[in-house]
Amino acid sequence: MKLKTALLVSAVALTPLGAWAADKTVGFSQIGSESGWRAAETTVTKEQATERGINLKFADAQQKQENQIKALRGFIAQGVDAILLAPVVATGWDSVLEEAQDAEIPVILLDRKVDAPDDLYMTAVTSDTVYEGEVAGKWLVDTVAGKDCSVVELQGTTGSSPAIDRKAGFEKAIADASNIKIVRSQTGDFTRAQGKVVMESFLKAEGAENICALYAHNDDMAVGAIQAIKEAGAEPGKDILVVAIDAVPDMHLAIAKGEANATVELTPNMAGPAFDILDAFWADGTLPEKWVQTESKLFTAEDDNQAIYDMKKGLGY
Amino acid sequence: MRDQPKPVLRARGIDKFFAGAIALDKVDLTLYPGEVHALLGENGAGKSTLIKSLTGAYHRDGGTIELDGTEINPRGPVESQKHGIGTVYQEVNLLENMSVSDNLFLGWQPVKRGMLDHRQMHRRTREILKGYGLDIDPTQLLSSYSIAIQQVVAIARAVELSGKVLILDEPTASLDREEIELVFSVVRNLTARGMAVVFITHFLDQVFEISDRATVLRNGCVVGTRKLSDVSQGDIVELMLGHHLEATKRKASHASPGDTILSLKGYGKRGMIAPFDLELRKGEVVGLAGLLGSGRTETCKVIFGVVSADHGRAELRGQPIRLNSPRIALEKRFGLCPEDRKTDGIVGDLSVRENIILSLQARQGWTRPLKRSRINQIVDEYVKALDIRLASPNMPIRLLSGGNQQKALLARWLATEPDILILDEPTRGIDVGAHAEIISLIERLREQGMALIVASSEMEELVAYSSRVLVLRDRRQVRELGGEEITTERIVKSISQGESAA
Amino acid sequence: MIGATFRRVLPQLIILCVVLLLNFAVFPGFFHIEFQNGRLFGNLIDVLNRGAPVALLSIGMTLVIATKGIDLSVGAVMAIAGAVAASVVTGGGGWFTALIAALLAGLAAGLWNGVLVAFFRVQPIVATLVLMVAGRGVAQLITEGKIMTFLNEGLIHLGAGTILGIPTPIVIWLAMGTLVTLVVRRTALGMLIEAIGINETASRLAGINSRVLLVTVYLVSGFVAALAGVIVAADIKGADANNAGLWMELDAILAVVIGGNSLLGGRFSIVASLLGALIIQSVNSVILLSGMPPEFNLVIKALIIIVILVIQSPTVKHRLYLLRAKASSTVSDAPDVAPKAQLAKETRS
Ligand SMILES: Nc1ncnc2c1ncn2[C@@H]1O[C@H](COP(=O)(O)OP(=O)(O)OP(=O)(O)O)[C@@H](O)[C@H]1O
Ligand SMILES: [Mg+2]
Repeated sequence: MKLKTALLVSAVALTPLGAWAADKTVGFSQIGSESGWRAAETTVTKEQATERGINLKFADAQQKQENQIKALRGFIAQGVDAILLAPVVATGWDSVLEEAQDAEIPVILLDRKVDAPDDLYMTAVTSDTVYEGEVAGKWLVDTVAGKDCSVVELQGTTGSSPAIDRKAGFEKAIADASNIKIVRSQTGDFTRAQGKVVMESFLKAEGAENICALYAHNDDMAVGAIQAIKEAGAEPGKDILVVAIDAVPDMHLAIAKGEANATVELTPNMAGPAFDILDAFWADGTLPEKWVQTESKLFTAEDDNQAIYDMKKGLGY
Repeated sequence: MRDQPKPVLRARGIDKFFAGAIALDKVDLTLYPGEVHALLGENGAGKSTLIKSLTGAYHRDGGTIELDGTEINPRGPVESQKHGIGTVYQEVNLLENMSVSDNLFLGWQPVKRGMLDHRQMHRRTREILKGYGLDIDPTQLLSSYSIAIQQVVAIARAVELSGKVLILDEPTASLDREEIELVFSVVRNLTARGMAVVFITHFLDQVFEISDRATVLRNGCVVGTRKLSDVSQGDIVELMLGHHLEATKRKASHASPGDTILSLKGYGKRGMIAPFDLELRKGEVVGLAGLLGSGRTETCKVIFGVVSADHGRAELRGQPIRLNSPRIALEKRFGLCPEDRKTDGIVGDLSVRENIILSLQARQGWTRPLKRSRINQIVDEYVKALDIRLASPNMPIRLLSGGNQQKALLARWLATEPDILILDEPTRGIDVGAHAEIISLIERLREQGMALIVASSEMEELVAYSSRVLVLRDRRQVRELGGEEITTERIVKSISQGESAA
Repeated sequence: MIGATFRRVLPQLIILCVVLLLNFAVFPGFFHIEFQNGRLFGNLIDVLNRGAPVALLSIGMTLVIATKGIDLSVGAVMAIAGAVAASVVTGGGGWFTALIAALLAGLAAGLWNGVLVAFFRVQPIVATLVLMVAGRGVAQLITEGKIMTFLNEGLIHLGAGTILGIPTPIVIWLAMGTLVTLVVRRTALGMLIEAIGINETASRLAGINSRVLLVTVYLVSGFVAALAGVIVAADIKGADANNAGLWMELDAILAVVIGGNSLLGGRFSIVASLLGALIIQSVNSVILLSGMPPEFNLVIKALIIIVILVIQSPTVKHRLYLLRAKASSTVSDAPDVAPKAQLAKETRS
């Protein structure tokens, strides 16, 4: 019966790849909705599933691993065809992943990796956070084109892996540019409010006229910092260049208004590539690489940011 | 006492200053082995302060302490216990939410293989308390027992911990005659073994009953040490007060009480007090007599609405009312001076001034603060009228001596100008001078037309001021005595005979 | 009265001065204030401005702690209030409606806590923990998990605007602090709150309506938390339900403690707590201005605060007192026996 429908659909499908996924059931265990990006990822995943005719079973873990493990066991018991897992923590997954393996259900990790033998899951689809920092750094090197530039950096939550990686990537990109220096670096906890507070102190301590650019580990902090720059009487985007990572709608809006200059996208569409991989697997058993990186696309004033904003703001950011 | 006694403890020139007051001024105290030494003085004379300075609970400002000829410097109760000085402080310092045996053994618990030996602890607790005539479950929380029992536990603990000197600061204030007897027999045992016992109390009968010598303090100075076999009670009182005191007698004029103000019918609360009737008239004092746990305090509490009655009806001036919270009672111009002043009475960190006006202010509501001048006037008036000894009305009430705290609480209720005033043990811990003053105060209030209910364990006192006496036993009212019947003998007889006398 | 208050808060004032000087040491321009773009501008202004949320919270927290309670829910209430205000203006409402709605939400939260504590006798730490956990969820429901951005100028003004050149949050917390202090001290409220904090049984027996007072303090706490929440949201032009007020209840409690108020209830000083809030913010400022790597933030903060608390501890205070007593021999030269009359003499302040 299943096969029949699948064939039927494949006859009308535009892309032969999509055909294998149609009418399959995929379980998705999401961490929760702790950030706008997370909410967007959920929305996009559901959209992607609908588009491909996949029956998506969604489970919100509300930041708890035990909920995720429960959800996974539920998926296994229902005999889903595949599982997408956005793990809340890195450890403690071995046994439930083994159960999935025993049930011959492929598991794809989304957005984060886990500390488990890599034969327990099919692949991990994540962004390359070091590379994101590099893209931002490279943009700055290209933009200032050899001129001296003092950069202030708003770090993410101290000790968190995206903060460490995005810092490392940025520093790698500017390592050879002796004209670019990070003069102050402090954590803004990834929040808009702290971004503003810390930027305020940067502006006082260095003087707005002495800061050439702001690099923020995420857009929320950048949006807060932009307000601080304005309140200090300087023009963000012109007096002080603003580059950050994530590409959330409000940042696109800021770029559209000329208050920010660039952002590197952390795509909420992790499910798309994951479904592509599953399609290929179901079609002819193709196994993917163990780590699939999503694109880290750079958005600048050259893009139609207003349009992107209008499109993205419906995603639940 | 032996012929050539060497003092076990000798304190010389003890000084203690508080901000705004000299509490002890070069006080000497010598204790010989085998003696019971009474420490006497008015409220605020410095008795408790002396004890605390000796045991290191307070840091003394001068003087030396010798124990068996060598100088010691205990820096706290624990250290003085190590020296063999056990103490029961006036405000019992026990841990109410720990078990009886925990309280008795805290700090010196029996240990077996590195673990607390609970079994042995409970067994020994039982044995020790048997010696005081108490047969209670050592595993229960201390708070589930009355203050009297808590007091005995505190005494037992101090006795166990003391090898040379035992200090008891008003240990008998909340005890009945029987329990007092038991404590005294323990004390006699200890002195026979050569220990010295310091005994602080305001009951002079007890002083003469058990003590060998007495040291009298006045305003922080020693005014004399006497061998009690050489002096009379009157001599001691004169030494304490600096003047002679008339014995209190029963006033004759109890004849004409006014209209009934409060009438309770079948009033009671299951498990606390059996239903009783009470007609309270203006200008009369109804005394409540009975042993500890006979229901005196419980009667006071149901009338004031601390616990609401589940039986019977109450009428105030003929109108039915529901008395189910102290707030309502306060509004209806009732007042209750509770028995346990530390937990139910004083608000320790508030000033004496604030404590005195607390109920008056509560009745006015927080939005209508009393005027500063009014407050000062009220406080001055009662401090003077009740002779409350304090450095300043702004000092926290917990720093007042025990007896003065009691007077401040009386002042709190008098300030509300109540129609019905309930006093539960109003003279507990109050010195002989003030004792007489409070009795005459009760007289005066009665003559002014106030209706009073006074619970007391002192028969003489009840006889002195009561218009009628209700005798309680086993949480029920068993007898009412009036007029000529009000004598100490009759009250004692009714208490012991119980129902049969009714 | 003023003299007594001054003496009470003297330690906090001294500590504040020392921490401010520490700021000056790491950043010489610290005390520089100028008038720029129609507003006062400078680090000192930042301390006052950024200290606003904790200062506001500490007002309510002081009262709650004075009753022997604690309010862990204030951070979550901030998030709720911010979310409510944001959803009102994004739904087309005016800033005033938004403010009132947010304050009502805060009062409702306070009522919930107060009723649990006063009527159901739930321990305050447990009662308010419920809202601490659930409240943020409520806020997230309102904002649907995203930062709810708004552009309403009136609302933004409450967080990022100025009144006569002074940042609005400063005006708000100063006004609120003054108002509550006056109400509490000019009426009998303060004394009655202290009474129930010191000895609730005795207070009840004295006829005090402790339930109403308990509910009142939690209401005040909810109200000021809502104000803080509106300010924080207005400041970033968006309600960030995930992060607004996160862990701020702890800073508020710390402010009360640095203010020398006992966590065991009783005597309290709102002024001292407000100074405590400023001290915390000044410490934050030292960290930001020092340019130290952020890995040191918590260590530095913890060290400074430990020093502050140790200086205030009773043991150290007593040592200092003894030192002073030794230095001045007047005490032991006192007359032999102070006459009773003198002892009883009042020393009114
Ligand atoms: N910490 C303190 N600060 C200031 N004054 C104090 C302090 N402690 C006690 N006093 C004062 O010292 C005096 C002596 O008090 P103490 O408690 O020793 O009296 P007492 O003789 O035990 O009285 P009582 O019979 O009422 O218990 C009192 O006037 C009391 O107010
Ligand atoms: Mg005493």
